[in-house]
Amino acid sequence: MKRIYISLIVLAAVLITPSCDEMLDLEPQFAQDAESYFNTPADYEQALTGAYDLLQTSYTTYWIGEIASDNSIAGGESVNDSRSLHEIDEMTHNPVNPLLQDVLRFNFAGITRANFLLENKDNIEFEGKEKLIAEAKFLRAYYYFELVKVFGAVPLIVDRRIGIEEATSIARTPASEVYAQIEQDLVDAAEVLDWKDPDKGRVTKGAALGLLGRAYLYQDKFDEAAAVLDEVINDGPFSTITITDSQGFSDLFSVAEEGNTESVFEIEYTGLEGGSYDCFVCLEGNVAVGFNGPYQYEGPVYRSGNRYNVPTQDLYDFYDPSDLRRDGSILDIEAFKAAQPNPDDISYTPGAGGHTGYYNNKYIPRQSETGLPDVVLTSPVNHRVIRYPDVLLMAAEAHNRKASPDDVLARTYLNEVRNRVGMGDITSSGTDLTNAIWAERRLELAGEGLRFFDLVRTGQAASAIDGFVAGKHELFPIPQVEIDLAGGNWEQNPMY
Amino acid sequence: MKIYTTHGIRLSLAFLITLVSIINLAVAQTSTVSGTITDATDGSPLPGATVIEKGTMNGTVTDMSGTFSLTVSDDAVLVFTFVGFASQEVAVKDQTEINIALTQDYEELGEVVVIGYGETTTKELTGAVSIVKSDAIVQRQVPRVDQALQGQLSGVNITSNSGAPGGSANIRIRGLSTNGDNNPLILVDGVVYDAAGLNALNPSDIESINVLKDATAGIYGVRAANGVVIIETKKGSKNTRPTLEMSGYYGIQQTSRKLDLLNAREYAILKNEAFAAGGQIPPFANTELGTGTDWQDEVFGTAPIQNYNLTVTGGSEKTTYNIGGSYFKQEGIVGSEKAQFERYNGRVNFITELAPNVKLTHVTLFTHEESSGLPQNGIGSVLYNAINAYPTASVRENNRYSYLENVSDIINPIPQMENSYNWSIANKITGKEEIEYTINNDFKVSGRAGYNYAIVDDKTFSPLVWYGDSKAQNTAANANLDPRTVMIGNTVIERGANVYESRATYLDYNLEAFFNYDHTFNSSHTVKGTAGVSYFGNSSSGLNGTGYNIPNNSLDLADISANQATGGYLNNVGSFQVKSRLASIFLRAEYDYQKRYLLSAIIRRDGSTRFGENNRFGYFPSVSGAWIFSDESFISMPAFISFGKLRASYGISGNDRIGDFRYRASLGGEGNYVFNDAIVIGSAIGAAGNPDLKWETTEQTNIGMDLTLFNNIDLTANYFIKNTRDLLFQPAVSAILGTYGAGSSPPVVNGGDVRNSGLELDLGYEMVGNNGFSFGATYNVTFIKNEVLRVPEGFAFIPGAGFSVGGNVATRFEAGFPIGYFIGYETDGIFQNQQEIAESSVTQAGAQPGDLRFVDQNGDGVISFGDNADKTMIGSPVPDFTMGLNLNVGYMGIDLSANIYAAVGQEIIRNYERQQPYANQLAYNIARWTGEGSTDEYPRLTTGATQNTTFSDFYVEDGSYIRLKNVQLGYTLPSDLTEKIGIRNLRLYASANNLITLTRYLGYDPDLGSGDPLSAGVDNGFYPQARMFMGGLNIKF
Repeated sequence: MKRIYISLIVLAAVLITPSCDEMLDLEPQFAQDAESYFNTPADYEQALTGAYDLLQTSYTTYWIGEIASDNSIAGGESVNDSRSLHEIDEMTHNPVNPLLQDVLRFNFAGITRANFLLENKDNIEFEGKEKLIAEAKFLRAYYYFELVKVFGAVPLIVDRRIGIEEATSIARTPASEVYAQIEQDLVDAAEVLDWKDPDKGRVTKGAALGLLGRAYLYQDKFDEAAAVLDEVINDGPFSTITITDSQGFSDLFSVAEEGNTESVFEIEYTGLEGGSYDCFVCLEGNVAVGFNGPYQYEGPVYRSGNRYNVPTQDLYDFYDPSDLRRDGSILDIEAFKAAQPNPDDISYTPGAGGHTGYYNNKYIPRQSETGLPDVVLTSPVNHRVIRYPDVLLMAAEAHNRKASPDDVLARTYLNEVRNRVGMGDITSSGTDLTNAIWAERRLELAGEGLRFFDLVRTGQAASAIDGFVAGKHELFPIPQVEIDLAGGNWEQNPMY
Repeated sequence: MKIYTTHGIRLSLAFLITLVSIINLAVAQTSTVSGTITDATDGSPLPGATVIEKGTMNGTVTDMSGTFSLTVSDDAVLVFTFVGFASQEVAVKDQTEINIALTQDYEELGEVVVIGYGETTTKELTGAVSIVKSDAIVQRQVPRVDQALQGQLSGVNITSNSGAPGGSANIRIRGLSTNGDNNPLILVDGVVYDAAGLNALNPSDIESINVLKDATAGIYGVRAANGVVIIETKKGSKNTRPTLEMSGYYGIQQTSRKLDLLNAREYAILKNEAFAAGGQIPPFANTELGTGTDWQDEVFGTAPIQNYNLTVTGGSEKTTYNIGGSYFKQEGIVGSEKAQFERYNGRVNFITELAPNVKLTHVTLFTHEESSGLPQNGIGSVLYNAINAYPTASVRENNRYSYLENVSDIINPIPQMENSYNWSIANKITGKEEIEYTINNDFKVSGRAGYNYAIVDDKTFSPLVWYGDSKAQNTAANANLDPRTVMIGNTVIERGANVYESRATYLDYNLEAFFNYDHTFNSSHTVKGTAGVSYFGNSSSGLNGTGYNIPNNSLDLADISANQATGGYLNNVGSFQVKSRLASIFLRAEYDYQKRYLLSAIIRRDGSTRFGENNRFGYFPSVSGAWIFSDESFISMPAFISFGKLRASYGISGNDRIGDFRYRASLGGEGNYVFNDAIVIGSAIGAAGNPDLKWETTEQTNIGMDLTLFNNIDLTANYFIKNTRDLLFQPAVSAILGTYGAGSSPPVVNGGDVRNSGLELDLGYEMVGNNGFSFGATYNVTFIKNEVLRVPEGFAFIPGAGFSVGGNVATRFEAGFPIGYFIGYETDGIFQNQQEIAESSVTQAGAQPGDLRFVDQNGDGVISFGDNADKTMIGSPVPDFTMGLNLNVGYMGIDLSANIYAAVGQEIIRNYERQQPYANQLAYNIARWTGEGSTDEYPRLTTGATQNTTFSDFYVEDGSYIRLKNVQLGYTLPSDLTEKIGIRNLRLYASANNLITLTRYLGYDPDLGSGDPLSAGVDNGFYPQARMFMGGLNIKF
């Protein structure tokens, strides 16, 4: 008996010991690993989709583009709610600003995901790979463009992932070099991509060239901008849509009008997945739209939101009353109430964060466009990043400001935008025409997140924005925590 | 030789007495026994020695001449004890006189202590080990074993994670040594438990808890850095007849505190003032609104707690057993049956000799747990809503619950509780089979298999609810509870009530085999050796599903099978799989010379699947020694020192607690995007990888002393230094690493050192006076200094918990400071007028009279809100010292006990105030600044822009407290009375938990902890521990 027991125990011990070390070679179950990926075309497809994902954080720079400008104020429940936005609104922002940190974090996450695919681009060969790579390059260019317009110089990382060691020693790359990479990526993408893609939501040649044109314009490279934007206008499938009333203009920003002939590049959103305030980067819905709505709104057409990003009187007054785009772009809530059959049943609550009586009428939650809870976070409305009228206005500006201006063509483009909404021709030339184009940009593109960056690149920011200090506020500060995390050797942007 | 002679005579005498007694048995049923107790060495009488009838509270002590007299029952067994002497047991049978000579061989110090793969005695211990016995645990009347440890042992700090039923506690041995998981390794009868799993144990099943605090825990290698808690459950004793024991208590609970909030009138006045100051229209034309609604009264209730146990224990010649069952139920003081915990368990402990020298130990514990919970601790929790809901709203209005529409993220807590439906049901079986074969006097070999298997079923029903416009918790489309709709393609799909169900199974198992060698050469050199292997594996998996459109919005149909989701579009499923393994070899060698000089050395090799190939195996050595100086003949001990020992230990152990496969870059990121109006699942890197990832290493030195004075005062002192290196971090990393996409996270890295050093003192005193009076007291105090020595390269600090919603970082892990210290602005009173602001040498942007005046830490003349330049340490969650005092008094069957616990010197962040214009506020705001000279403490109220809401020491409070954890009064009925109805022992008692707490802290409960060391001391609306009043009964047959 004893022998049996002792042998059993010894046997167990003998069995355990030598086999143990091998048993520690455990692989994760049912899960692929980052290091063992890119073995099938589907892997590439999925990684590309992952790189697209971060486009949906465009609300950050969208808000900055409007709220920092003279177009709108931060709004919200109180000035202490979303202090990041209120400080940006007041031009009192400083290196402690969670929103700016999100801009940096989310866009670099997008860049890293694009680089993850591009790093592995030579693993296998398959049909259609070139297009996937072109899309990835577009995405990397888009994310870098978001960063360079907000922060200027940022570290340039191309076709590789960096390790934790390198992250604390890498320097900021001058903005010009970042732009050079953006241009290269977009040129590469445009060569491969088609004007149209069977999948709604994929980037196209038009998107690549449109973004390239915008990148050139932001660097005052007017000749190059004119050339690529002309290509979009002449060779692309885009055309303007004639609008006859303000409702029609507002409707351009509805779900139904997604992918219309004016759509050059849209970021796709859906209400099919619920969302929580804990994780905006996880959302599939357009948080900017949900936040723009009037708070505790009860009434027809619109839906309740968080009363953010409310248009200023200055913007409202900038429009000619006959311009249908005024009411198409700005909701005068009291006027709207008064025009309804039962105004007393309509209610909303103004916020202590600033109330102007106006709401963004392009990106606003509508009752017909709702998603899963929390509805404020799940608007299915796409973010129109580049619309054809913008391409026309960019092209007009490029031709007007290039080394040997072509004001005739510039006016043609400008008036095409105006005529489609029933506005008369502009006939001026030279600087007057430049000013007219800039004014038209504000009228056409108000509430779309472009205004602040337009003011900065055209040198009008200091005169247009209260509190704007030239030489300082063109760029936003790198969040201090990011300087610390990057090893403390980045120099802060001037005057912060 | 002389001793032997004397001994022999005494034995003969005892034999004679026994003979006489046996003769007496026939004639009389005498019940009084008397006798003399003497020291076997010299025959001198032992005054103050204890005589107790075994298994009862009946006892006495000897008088000055060593004599005693005691009335006992017929079949009584008397236990004779005296500190420093071997105790003896004598069956009374029908003796009337029993004279006992006790041998001075420290039998009491010979108490067996389980130290891991072996046993030793209290006397021979070379390490710092704290021991709690069954009585001290049962006396606490707490639902969980870990809660019973609070204040019992020096160096062991217990903080509560939540006062909710089933809420867990944090066990911290010798301070926080890591920013990660500080939980010790917990072994119950040799089976690994995680801290949360302690719920399965019934405290009254515990025989003893030993805590290995120093490097001698190193026998457990890579899991030992946070200390090891060894729990043994009760076993039977050989040759005892079956004892049936029934016990139970029933009690009621109420909150130990309510916050002092504004009533309706105060609220209206203060809000008017704040709105006016913010340039807005004051909202209340009439402020005479009375007291309004007390939301705390609405959510807090009185809830029952009950516990019943049944145990049968006994043993035959070769077999012992202890079989029992218990039932426990606790309802919540918030939400009563919506937040409750219920436990049934059944237990079989069985030890038998299978063959000569072959012992089988069988342990099985089956537990069935049912629990429900409400959202707690933080924004969205019931208490957070109750604190911030405004008193001017009534609970109901217009035949429905009021909406509290003025504050967007606060909902009415009453319907919130009503609409909460969740259940978690766990069935667990834990056990061990162990065979120990004693080969000869020197060699023993053991093999054991332990396992822990649990099936956990969760169900959550989310009905369609409406809390008012714009509330994030709404699931319906409107107040009529119409479902929301979504468009999928061209189909409109209703999104009705949903139910989430999951089933997860958790299995871990260990297989261990080891040899023990024990031999004494020349009666003075003892050599012991232990060698063994251990293999530990964990394998868990789970499935879950959500079904939509549960018919009728009804709980009755809340099952995924009842879903009526159109086309199943919304329904979804998920799963998880986890595996990890640990393979180890260990050796221990011990040597002692005449039990006077003791030495022990340990080495363990651990291999873990959690680490990268570059660092898969680690070696963990330790050495310890002790010197029993009171046994030295060359030292002339003062007479009052009965026993004295010096100890020292040094060693290295590890902490492997991070997730699995963290060394690899996973593809766990969420990379979904929308193409063709449908969500397309993409892939993305989840956690970034680090192939060099390894364990945390703790190097600990301990110097200790054990003293026994006057035979009845025990004193233990330890001084330790514990350095932990290579802490595992998943620190915030630079944005450029790209790890902030959805589902992505930074890599785990080794970096950072922490030092804990401290002094621990344990004092115990026990006396049994004449006339059945007894008194016992234990006191312990722990001083710990915690300091971060290093943070990973390139990091100035690791940011921790945030303050307020979306607010600043309030805690940090930073070199030169305690873990999780508070960082913010220091205030220096209130600006009283404009002139003061203007004349101040420091510019504070936006300051107005009534605002907090911040201190310019860097002396540049400007308070900078944009960076960290003017922030400083404004508090620490680490107490300067903690102490426990446990008192027992007994007299004539009456027993009274009290446990007091105190933690002193820590701070708490008040983070449960929602800084929104309409949120209710604490009553301290009544003392706000209202004009020059009104106060220098509380700032003005305003809805306008102010830096008063920035994190400063205004939000940091002294968290020191002293609490009467338990007080209990019991009465044991005289046994001659109960014997008549066949009851051996009957005790009745009344008990109260958390009766008195002395603290200056304003929040619910200063005893708040967090599993995350960087969130310790942050109060997000903590669920307080209940005050309980209980009555109970113990019956032994």
